[in-house]
Amino acid sequence: MTNDRILLANQRESRISKFRAWVIVLVPLAAILFQVYVPLFFEFLGYLELPLLVTVYFALMRRSPMTGLFVGAFVGLAQDSLSKNPLGMFGIVKTLVGYFAASVGLRFDVEHSLVRLILALFFYFFHQFFYWVLAHALLGQQIDFDWQRTLMLGLLNAVVGVSLFHFLDKLKEGA
Amino acid sequence: MESLINRYRNVTVLVLVILAQLVLVAVQVKNDQDVRMIRVWAVTAVIPLARTLEGIRSGTFGFLNGYILLRSAYEESRQMKADLGRLKMENLFLKSELATADRAKALSVFQARTPSRTLAARVIATGTGAGSKVVFIDRGSLAGVERGMGVVTPDGIVGKVIAAYPTATEVLLITDAGFAAGIISQKNHVRGTLKGQGFANCKVDYVPNEEKLEAGELLYTSGDDRIFPKGFPAGVVRVVRPGSQFKDIFVEPTGLRHGLEEVLVLLEGVHQALPNYQAENAPVYLASPPPGNPAHPAAGAPPTPPVGTEADHLMQHYKDVGAAQGHKFGEGLPGTKPPDFNLKLPEASGAPAPAPGAQAPQPAAAVPPRSKPSVPAQAGAPPAEKKKPAPQAADPL
Repeated sequence: MTNDRILLANQRESRISKFRAWVIVLVPLAAILFQVYVPLFFEFLGYLELPLLVTVYFALMRRSPMTGLFVGAFVGLAQDSLSKNPLGMFGIVKTLVGYFAASVGLRFDVEHSLVRLILALFFYFFHQFFYWVLAHALLGQQIDFDWQRTLMLGLLNAVVGVSLFHFLDKLKEGA
Repeated sequence: MESLINRYRNVTVLVLVILAQLVLVAVQVKNDQDVRMIRVWAVTAVIPLARTLEGIRSGTFGFLNGYILLRSAYEESRQMKADLGRLKMENLFLKSELATADRAKALSVFQARTPSRTLAARVIATGTGAGSKVVFIDRGSLAGVERGMGVVTPDGIVGKVIAAYPTATEVLLITDAGFAAGIISQKNHVRGTLKGQGFANCKVDYVPNEEKLEAGELLYTSGDDRIFPKGFPAGVVRVVRPGSQFKDIFVEPTGLRHGLEEVLVLLEGVHQALPNYQAENAPVYLASPPPGNPAHPAAGAPPTPPVGTEADHLMQHYKDVGAAQGHKFGEGLPGTKPPDFNLKLPEASGAPAPAPGAQAPQPAAAVPPRSKPSVPAQAGAPPAEKKKPAPQAADPL
């Protein structure tokens, strides 16, 4: 499998990455901890959606929609618990992100940095937009959706995501 | 059938998980109640880690600052910071009390009242979500914190408690889009609703265009929201624009000016009066007085036109005519000769012509106010010099 070959011809070609149990538990927890603690001192880091990036990573690498949706639901509900929102808002969005990311992982070579960058950007945008739709529809919140700002933050998160994914690759079993 | 389920297993599980969470959201929204158990689990799992991290961080920095670098200076600075915060709060309270009435009354009011009971807490974490405007503090329901309490710093209001857990409390910041508080302006006592916008500045809603509110004006809590007692600083008006029905007002919150590290939870709020508005003492340019007697107008300056109604002018004319002929109104008996009201006065400016031997009238600066009529010129007084005409007096009546 070459680096420039992005689309997989056969799903069997895809390699399912395996992680130790503590990695799957502690990495999302660390991502959430990062989000609640680090912005206290570096406010601009509050725009990093590490829990989302971690969800996308595990879903892409495990290539299992079931794993993706459960990781997404777990991370999302944990995020909801630490926010002012009703439980389930982040949960629903991240469940969908996990599921779709895993489905995409079945068809693309997600080891490729460019693919990772594009997917991280896409799923950040999807996450923010779908959350806005839910907040609008379920909670009646009248908040404007700022496309440009979301796109800029998506790019920032995608760049950070590519580096984060490379770091998390080292935690794979047999890496 | 089994193969069908197996085939769509992933989608089925997805739909079930989404539905379950939708029901969860719907129940919370409909009943306006939280699923507290899950939140307590998450807070219990994450907050101790954050507290440990904060302990390690502050311990490390505290050690470096306290023991290796200028320990005594650091301690002193910390003590002074704490004193400053306390004194600011006391000062605010005293100021507002003293402004309400005279000193003795304010002191008696102060003695009779006690300031708000507060609980100091430290910010240990922020909420989740990009750009979150929620923080966690390290005091919870075990310390007496309850949902709905206000959170302040000596500089102003910070937010309100939206959930109190045993060992931690979730605080919605003033800048969050879901935050709202009643405010009142210091100068004109204009009332409105302060709302967060999701970024640094807040806005004020429901202030009609007719109301007078200016940029730079201070806003205080009005106490209407039953969260913050009246009289706490809320923010400074930065922008005021007329809107379609209500003004567009943007406010910089004062409570978040110096960052958020330590806050006070208002366990029992005490309403305070607003401090009196004091106009800024902006320097005003004053030109130097003209040479000579500053009380006299400059030579060649046009006479000031008389003020008052037509009747005032007519009465003044008659008085001038009487004075010119040495006649005192109200003193003559019936049948005595009245003054000649057709007499042409020598000056058309309206200034009373001095009678022969009459005393020259006082200059304008010496003329008493309108309520105190001046004494009319008396006969027998030496004549006034024609070279130095009497300055136009303001209405002597």
